[in-house]
Amino acid sequence: MRCEEARPLIDSYLDGELDLVRNLDLERHFENCPDCAPARQSALELRSAIRKEIPYFRAPSGLEKRVQAMVREQTRAATPRASMLSWRWMGAAAAVVLVLFAAAGLGRNWLGSSHQELVAQEIVAGHIRSLMANHLSDVASTDQHTVKPWFDGKLDFAPPVVDLAQSGFPLVGGRLDYMDGHPVAALVYGRRLHYINVFVWPSTESESAPPTSQTREGYNVIHWSHAGMTFWAVSDLATDELQSFVALLRK
Amino acid sequence: MPVATQSARFEELILPHLDAAYNLARWLVRNGTEAEDLVQEAYLRAWKGFSGFRGADGRSWLLTIVRNACYTWLHANRRQDLAVEFDEDIHTRESTRPDAERLVAESSGRQALEKALAELPAEFREVIVLRELEELSYKEISEIAGVPVGTVMSRLARARARLQLWLAPRTREEA
Repeated sequence: MRCEEARPLIDSYLDGELDLVRNLDLERHFENCPDCAPARQSALELRSAIRKEIPYFRAPSGLEKRVQAMVREQTRAATPRASMLSWRWMGAAAAVVLVLFAAAGLGRNWLGSSHQELVAQEIVAGHIRSLMANHLSDVASTDQHTVKPWFDGKLDFAPPVVDLAQSGFPLVGGRLDYMDGHPVAALVYGRRLHYINVFVWPSTESESAPPTSQTREGYNVIHWSHAGMTFWAVSDLATDELQSFVALLRK
Repeated sequence: MPVATQSARFEELILPHLDAAYNLARWLVRNGTEAEDLVQEAYLRAWKGFSGFRGADGRSWLLTIVRNACYTWLHANRRQDLAVEFDEDIHTRESTRPDAERLVAESSGRQALEKALAELPAEFREVIVLRELEELSYKEISEIAGVPVGTVMSRLARARARLQLWLAPRTREEA
C-alpha cells in the first residue's frame, strides 16, 4: 500500500470501519512508513481531545420526569375505549365491586361465601366509591338536626343520627346509598383527615348482634345490629380507633 | 399491541436513551430549553409511532426522530446553521487560521474545541456528535441522518479537518 492510498483510510481505520483485509494492509504500511506516522498521530490526538473536551450533555432530571409523565399520560389515554365506556355505564360502584371481587376472590369459592361477607364487600366498595367520586355526602352538615330530617321521605326508616364531635368524631354529613338490595342511610363522620362511613338500614335479623371487626382491602369494617337496625362502619382508621368510635355510637 | 405491553416495551427500548436524545438535540440547536422541548416532542412522536417500530435498536430509531424534530426547528429558526453546501473553498485553511488562533488565544483550550464544534454547520456537527460522543457506526449514522455512508464519511472527514485547525495551533504552542 502506498501513502496516497493509506492516508484517506486513517479515519476509517481509527473508527474501526475498515474491512479486515485493508485493516491488515494499512497496519503493515504503518509499520514501514515513518511519513504516515504524524498523520496517524494527529488523528489520534484529535480523537482524544474531542472525547476529553467536548461535553456530553446529559438530560436534566426535569426532562426525564416530563417524558416519564408523558408516557404515563399516553398509556392512560390509550386504554381501550370499550373499558372506559363500561366504566361509565356500569358505574363506579359495579366496577369497584368487580375489582374487589377479582382482587380478593382469586382461589376463593364465592358461591360458598356467606351473605355477610358479600355485604362487607359492598360496604368497602361503597366507602371507596364515596371517597373516589367526591360524593361523600348529599347533605353536608355537622348538625345532626339537619342530617336526620334530611333522610325523612327519602327512606322508609329513620336512621339514628348522633354527633360525636365532642369525642373527636365530628359528623360530616349524610347521603343515600344502596346496599344489600335496598336503599340505606350513609352517615359520614370525620377523624382528622380520615372519614368513616356508617351504613344503616333496617335489620332482617330480629336479635341484636354485638360488633364484629374485620379488615378488607386495608379497610377496617365493623358490623353490629341493634334495635332492629343493622350497622356497618367502615374506614381506613386503625382498628382500635374505629372500635372506640363504634363504642361511642352505641352508647 | 396491548397498551400495557407497548408501555413496557417503550420503557425498555426507548426511555433509556434519553441522554443520547438530549445530547444530540442540545448540540444541534445549541440551546438547553429548546433541546428539552424538542426531545419531549420527539418522545411523544416516538410513542405515537412506536407500534411501527420493528427493529431492535431503539437508540438509532429515537435519534432519527430527535434529529428530524431538530432540523424542522432549525429550518424555521436558524437556517444559517444548516450547511446545504459547506464549501471547502470558502472555508480554506488560510482564511480560518487567524480566526482559529484568535479563538485559542481568547479562551482556554477546552472551550476552543467546544466552540469550534458549535460553529460547524449542523450536518457536520452531528456526525461528530454521533460518531465521537455516541460512538455510532457509519451505517447507523447514515440511517439516522438519512444520507449514504459515503456522505457520512466525507462529512466526518471535513468536520475533523476543521476541528484539527483549532487543535493545531494549540499543539504547536504546547510543543
